[in-house]
Amino acid sequence: MPIKSYLVHPSEGKKDQLAQKLSNMEHCEVLPAENEEVLILVTETNSKQEEEILKENLEQISDIKLMAMVSGFDTPKNT
Amino acid sequence: MYQSVHTNRRDFIKKMAMLSAMTAAASMFPGIIFAKEQEKGIPAGANLDWKKAPCRFCGVGCGVLIGTENGKAIAVKGDPKSPVNKGLCCVKGYHSIMAMYGKDRLTKPLVKKNGRYVQTSMKEALDLVASKMQETIKDHGKDAVSIYGSGQWTIPDGYVASKLFKGCIGTNNVEANARLCMATAVTGFLTSFGLDEPMGCYEDIDHADTFVLWGNNMAEMHPVLFSRLLDQRLKRGVKIIDFATRTTRTSMAADKSIIFNPQTDLAVANAICYEIINNGWMNKAFVEEHCNFSKGLTNMGYGLEDNYKFTDKPESISFEDYKAFLEDYTPEKVSKLTGVSVKDIKYLAAHFGNPNKKVMSFWCMGMNQHSRGTWVNNLVYNIHLLTGKISSPGNSPFSLTGQPSACGTVREVGTLTHKLPHGVVMNKEHREFAAKIWDVPVENIPSKPTYHTVEMFRALDRGDIRFMWIQVTNPMVTMPKLKRYRDGAKKEGRFIVVSDIYPTPTTDIADVILPSAMWVEREGMYGNSERRTQYFEQMVEPPGEAMSDTMQLIEVAKRMGYEKQFYYKDETHIEEIYTEYRRHHDNKKHNMAPLEVLKSQSGAMWPYVDGKETKWRFNAKYDPACSNGKDFHFYGKKDGKAIIWQRPYEPAAEEPDTEFPYWLGTGRVVEHWHTGSMTRRIPVLHQAMPHAYVELHPDDAKRMQIRTGDNVKLTTRRGEITLPASVNERGVPAPMQVFVPFFDENMLINDITLDSFCPISKEPDYKKCAVKVEKA
Ligand code: SF4
Repeated sequence: MPIKSYLVHPSEGKKDQLAQKLSNMEHCEVLPAENEEVLILVTETNSKQEEEILKENLEQISDIKLMAMVSGFDTPKNT
Repeated sequence: MYQSVHTNRRDFIKKMAMLSAMTAAASMFPGIIFAKEQEKGIPAGANLDWKKAPCRFCGVGCGVLIGTENGKAIAVKGDPKSPVNKGLCCVKGYHSIMAMYGKDRLTKPLVKKNGRYVQTSMKEALDLVASKMQETIKDHGKDAVSIYGSGQWTIPDGYVASKLFKGCIGTNNVEANARLCMATAVTGFLTSFGLDEPMGCYEDIDHADTFVLWGNNMAEMHPVLFSRLLDQRLKRGVKIIDFATRTTRTSMAADKSIIFNPQTDLAVANAICYEIINNGWMNKAFVEEHCNFSKGLTNMGYGLEDNYKFTDKPESISFEDYKAFLEDYTPEKVSKLTGVSVKDIKYLAAHFGNPNKKVMSFWCMGMNQHSRGTWVNNLVYNIHLLTGKISSPGNSPFSLTGQPSACGTVREVGTLTHKLPHGVVMNKEHREFAAKIWDVPVENIPSKPTYHTVEMFRALDRGDIRFMWIQVTNPMVTMPKLKRYRDGAKKEGRFIVVSDIYPTPTTDIADVILPSAMWVEREGMYGNSERRTQYFEQMVEPPGEAMSDTMQLIEVAKRMGYEKQFYYKDETHIEEIYTEYRRHHDNKKHNMAPLEVLKSQSGAMWPYVDGKETKWRFNAKYDPACSNGKDFHFYGKKDGKAIIWQRPYEPAAEEPDTEFPYWLGTGRVVEHWHTGSMTRRIPVLHQAMPHAYVELHPDDAKRMQIRTGDNVKLTTRRGEITLPASVNERGVPAPMQVFVPFFDENMLINDITLDSFCPISKEPDYKKCAVKVEKA
C-alpha cells in the first residue's frame, strides 16, 4: 500500500491548470503553494503495480517540468 | 476482539508524507505558504488574532501561531519565522489547542473526604496543601515532603518549585519526570564534557552528510525534525542510517536499517571505535590536543533493591590501555552477540571514519532508557571525539528530548535532587551562590542529594516520604513496576497533591486535586532540545478556578511564611521570576537571553552573549566562552579536555530465559503525547490510535496462531496483562521480541515492566525485560 509525496514543479504558467488536472486523477491529492510555483502531490495506491501505472500516467503530463519524491511509506495493507 | 481503525492510520501516514513535502518546499522556498493545509479548520470570516508560542508537545520545540477569537483559541499554524520548523507542524501540533477544550477539564479543586472527592475553593485547597505540608514537616521532618514535577513544567514553574523546596523548606526532595527520559543524557554529557546539553543545534542538519539514528524512531517521535532530514536527502543526497532493535517507520524511510539485539549497542559502538583506530581513521591531532582517556567501575548492578547506592570512581588510562581494551570488540568478535553482521559494523564505522563526510548522531529514549545508558552515551561521544567530528557545523552528536521543556526546566533550572540552577547541591560555592539569589540562609540548602525518582516512590511506599506534590505529570501510568508504587502511594498516612488539567490515574491517588492553567492560558517559557528558550504570553483565560502551577506554588509558599522570597506581583510575576532566574546563569557559558529578546523573536539559544546566540559550543570560532587559545575548548572540564571513556558491554538486568523467553520493550506512538491524557481527548487523534496493542514478529505470531486483533497475554515476574495483537502493522519487532506503547491508561503496560536503572543516571530501562507471550 504505497503512500508517496512529491514536490511537483509545473511548466511555466501552468500551476493552476496542473493542480486541477492532478486533483482529478485517481489516487492523487494535491496541495498547491499559494505564493510559489510548486505543488505537493501525495499518492496513495493499493499495490506496487498500481503505483507503477500511476507513475507512468504522471510522466505523460506535459505540464510537469520536474517531479521529485520526498518521502515514501510502503505500509502493510492493514496499517 | 479489538478493531483497528485502518483508514485513520493511513490518513496519518498521508499527513506525514504531506508534511515531509511541505518541509522540503519550505527550505527551498523560504516563506512559502500552503494556505489550504495551514488554515484548515479556521471558520470562514473569522477575525483572528495570531500570536506566537512554542508547541505544547514535544522537545523539537516548533514555533506555532495561535489564532484566538472572542477569548478562545480556535486555530493553529506553523510559524514561518521559526527557524526550528519554518512554518510546519506535525499532527499533534496542528491539533494542540484542542487539548485545552476536553469536556472533562478540571476546573475546581477537589478534596478527598471520607473516600469521596468534594469540590472546594482554590483558597481553601491551597490552605490545606500548605497546612498539610507544615504538619508533615513537624511530625516527620522536612525530608518527608517532596515535589515531583515535569519536563512540561514551564521554566518559572520549575524555578519556584526548586526555590521553595531546596531554598526555603530545606529539602532536596525535588525531582521531575525527566529523570525517566533525560537523566542519562545529562550524565552522559557531564561525564564526557563536564557540562550538560548538546554542543550543536538543528542547523547541523543542513550541513551533515550522514545521519546515524541510534535507537531513535524520529519519524514518529520528532516528525518535523525527521522531515528536515528527508528534505536534505532530496536536496543533497545525504544518507540516513537507522540503527535500532525494531523496524519502524523510521527504518522504512531510512537508506539503511540495521537491527541489533537489545543492550548490545554498547558492543557495536566499541567495535566502531576499534575500526576507527585500527584503520587509521582517528583524528590524532584532535585527540592529542583535546581528549583524555578514563575508565570507571564495572559490574555496577541495576538498582533493583531499595536504597541502592553507586558512585563511579574514574581513573585515568593511556591511549594504549584503551586500544588494548578494544581488542575484545573486533567486528568479528561482537557480530554474534549483537546480531549485526561484520559488514554492517564496518559500514557504520566507515561513515564515521571517512574524513570527507560530516556525521550527525541522533538518539533519544533507546539510548537513555538503558541500564547502561550513561555508558552508551559516552561511547557515542567517543566515536565523535576519536574522529574529531564534534562541535562544528554538521558534525554533531545530538541527544534529543521528548518534552517541551525537559532541557529548559529540568536540566537548566535543575529540578533534580542533586541540582541547583547553577551547579550541584554537593558544592559549597554553588549552594552559597543559589542561597544569595534566593535570599535564604545557605544552611537551608542541604549538601546531600536525597531521592532520585524511583527511590522517591520507594520512599513513599516505605513511609520515609509522607507528602508528595505532583505537577504536570502522570506517574501512575509511567513508573516502571507500577503496581508497587501505586499501592505504596495509596497507603495510610500518605498525602498526595496532584495539579493537572484532566483526571488521570494519578489524580485517582490524590488527596487534593488542583486544576491547572495550561500552556497559553498562562504566561511562561519552555527550553527545547537545541538550547532554545521560547516565550509565550497568556492568550486565553483558564477555565473555572484553574491556576498556573507557578501561582499555585507561590500561593502555598506565602502561606508557609516565605513572603519575602516569593515577593512577586501577580501581574508581573513571570517577568520577575525569569529576571531572577537569569542571574544564576550570568556567565559566558550559559547566559540566557533577556525577556525582551524572547518576546520579539522565535526564542534564542543559550549561551546568549553580547546580543548573539551560540550555535556551536566549545568551538572557538563560534563560542565566546572558549579561552584556551586553541580551536576547541571543552571548558566544562578543568583542563579543557573532553574524556574518551573505556566502557564495556554488560548485559541487561533481566534477559529472556526459558520461563520468560521474549524481550519486552515499551515506547510511544506519533498520535499520542506520552500518557495520552491530553491527546486521547482530541477526537481525531484518539480515533486514529484508540488503544494500546502488542506488536509481534510475524514468525512468532504465526507459530502461536495469533493474528492482528487477537488477545495476547504477556506475563513477567511482576504480573500479567492482556492486549490485542498487532502483526505486520506499524512497527515490526525482531523475532522473540514484543513492543507495547505505554499511552493507554486502560492497558497499563508498566504494571509488568522492571524498575532497573542506569546506576549513574538512575534512569529506568523501559526497553528491556523478560516476558512470556501466549495467545489469550
Ligand atoms: S514535532 Fe513536536 S514540537 Fe513540532 S509540532 Fe509536532 S509535537 Fe509539536
